[in-house]
Amino acid sequence: MTTFLLRRAVGAVWVVVGVAVTVFLILHLTGDPAAVMMPPDATTEQVAAFRHNQGFDRPLYVQFGSFAWNALRGDFGNSLRHGEPALGLALERFPASFELAISALLLAIVVAVPIGILAAVRRNSPVDLAARVFALIGQSAPVYWMGIMLILIFGVQLGWFPVSGIGGIRHLVLPTVTLALFTMAQLMRLTRASMLDVMQSDYLRTARAKGVAPLVVLWKHALRNAWLPVITVIGTELVTLFSQAVITETIYSWPGVARLAVQAIVDRDYPIVEVVVILAALAFVAINLLVDLLYASLDPRIRYE
Amino acid sequence: MTTAAMPAPSGLDERVRRKPFLAVLFSGFPTIVGAALVGIAAFFAIFAPLIAPHDPNLQNLGGAFKPPAWLAGGSPANLLGTDDLGRDIFSRIVWGARVAAIVGLSGVAIGGSLGVALGIIAGYFGGIVDDVIARIADVQFAFPSVLLAIAVVGVIGPSLTTVIVTIGITGWVQYVRVVRAEALSLRERDFVQAAVATGASLTRVLLWHVLPSIGSSITVLATFGVARAIILESALSFLALGVPQEITSWGAMLADGRQFLDTAWWLGLFPGLAIFLTVLGVNLFGDGLRDALDPHSR
Repeated sequence: MTTFLLRRAVGAVWVVVGVAVTVFLILHLTGDPAAVMMPPDATTEQVAAFRHNQGFDRPLYVQFGSFAWNALRGDFGNSLRHGEPALGLALERFPASFELAISALLLAIVVAVPIGILAAVRRNSPVDLAARVFALIGQSAPVYWMGIMLILIFGVQLGWFPVSGIGGIRHLVLPTVTLALFTMAQLMRLTRASMLDVMQSDYLRTARAKGVAPLVVLWKHALRNAWLPVITVIGTELVTLFSQAVITETIYSWPGVARLAVQAIVDRDYPIVEVVVILAALAFVAINLLVDLLYASLDPRIRYE
Repeated sequence: MTTAAMPAPSGLDERVRRKPFLAVLFSGFPTIVGAALVGIAAFFAIFAPLIAPHDPNLQNLGGAFKPPAWLAGGSPANLLGTDDLGRDIFSRIVWGARVAAIVGLSGVAIGGSLGVALGIIAGYFGGIVDDVIARIADVQFAFPSVLLAIAVVGVIGPSLTTVIVTIGITGWVQYVRVVRAEALSLRERDFVQAAVATGASLTRVLLWHVLPSIGSSITVLATFGVARAIILESALSFLALGVPQEITSWGAMLADGRQFLDTAWWLGLFPGLAIFLTVLGVNLFGDGLRDALDPHSR
């Protein structure tokens, strides 16, 4: 158990380092940052002065070294556009993204898991068919189109919900549903498949043959095992959720961190891009470590490994 | 892998295996629907100049915001209506299929070959090589692909090539895990060991013995990869970081139409429907392909 967790923790540190290196290289290898950051009418001397000022004329590994050292102390530099510390700007936007992501994830789980289970238990019933059709549509419909259609129907035509900005719970409804749909479809499909797998297993047949009550079989024998792959996927699903959030936040003008990142990329505001990507990676590995812990406590096979 | 060595049980399994592959593939209704949807998109993509009634970029400000032909104010000349610049939406959707096909297929070709090559190497050689590739894959998994794609496109500048390469390099990781696992188990199989024992070169073993045996998994992954590529391309174009303006893309059409939702809903509905139906078709076809290639997956 300790080895398992230790290995996972080392892996998590590596992932964050790897992401930091990747984002740094993408931003610094693909052209001279000074040239793209300065206004087009800047003189050569001005660009050179700026380059020197920002340290872009040093060797790449020196630049990365100082970037990494400062980042470890929480200093990602100032935003080139806003002039304030990039970390502060990103953290300011984090709660809004967190609120949206968590409500979307919860909505997805609350809808997908029970329906997935029901679909597996009542295989080939109308519920199963409906669940499969829904999963297929949810996985095929692009999130930005779903968002636009939801705005068109519930915002513009019916006028039930506000379609942009942050506010009370009513502002949260459409973005949450938009963001949840894809994950919901994935989870529904996976829960159903996982339950079907478990229900065909020998130990379930044995339990039934022994005369264990059907609900007990379902609850104690089937669900406990079917949960495992579902929990694993919820962890990795968060990255997908972040990718989808980039678009959802843009459509609904949601003041989250993903939208900040998109704007920063367009503005070439490197410090912001770096801090957002690294924070996202940190959140990802933290949640996956939690998932591993949960997994280990649910599956004795891992504890004894 | 034990199932393959067992004699085929009498009944369904044997009959399925004896049927021609295409008959098995098209035995399910969803697969037929999927193939039909993909077929229509492919037909549009190949014959775009012949099918599209108008030049997709021809502006006609006098004829802007014309509703679809079946609504009041619509005209048969513009089947799905016109956009804010008077361009014919149906023609733009037909041409958009070509971009979707180019991006889908080349993106998968790049990501697929990269992922399959790395997966085979990791699985077959194991050891440090395997560890390094696995660690890189872990990093890629933690990096939201849309953000990575936006960063690359944002820095290099949008062009068709950038979009294709970006989709390729964000997609390889989907292949690595599956291919690695299969290569790992193939390494121990008798026919691979026999090839090594008879002195076949490494390249020959990998290309002639290992690669063909994982062909069916790759085919299935590549099919879903096309769906992923189409969605990612239209997402990038939607954020104005995709293909340049003069190339007609479904995602860009959707982004254009977004601001006219309350007055001209058809600008947003049809391009999205085109993406949705194409991706749905690819997914349905991919499901059918997986079931046909691997009878045990059901």
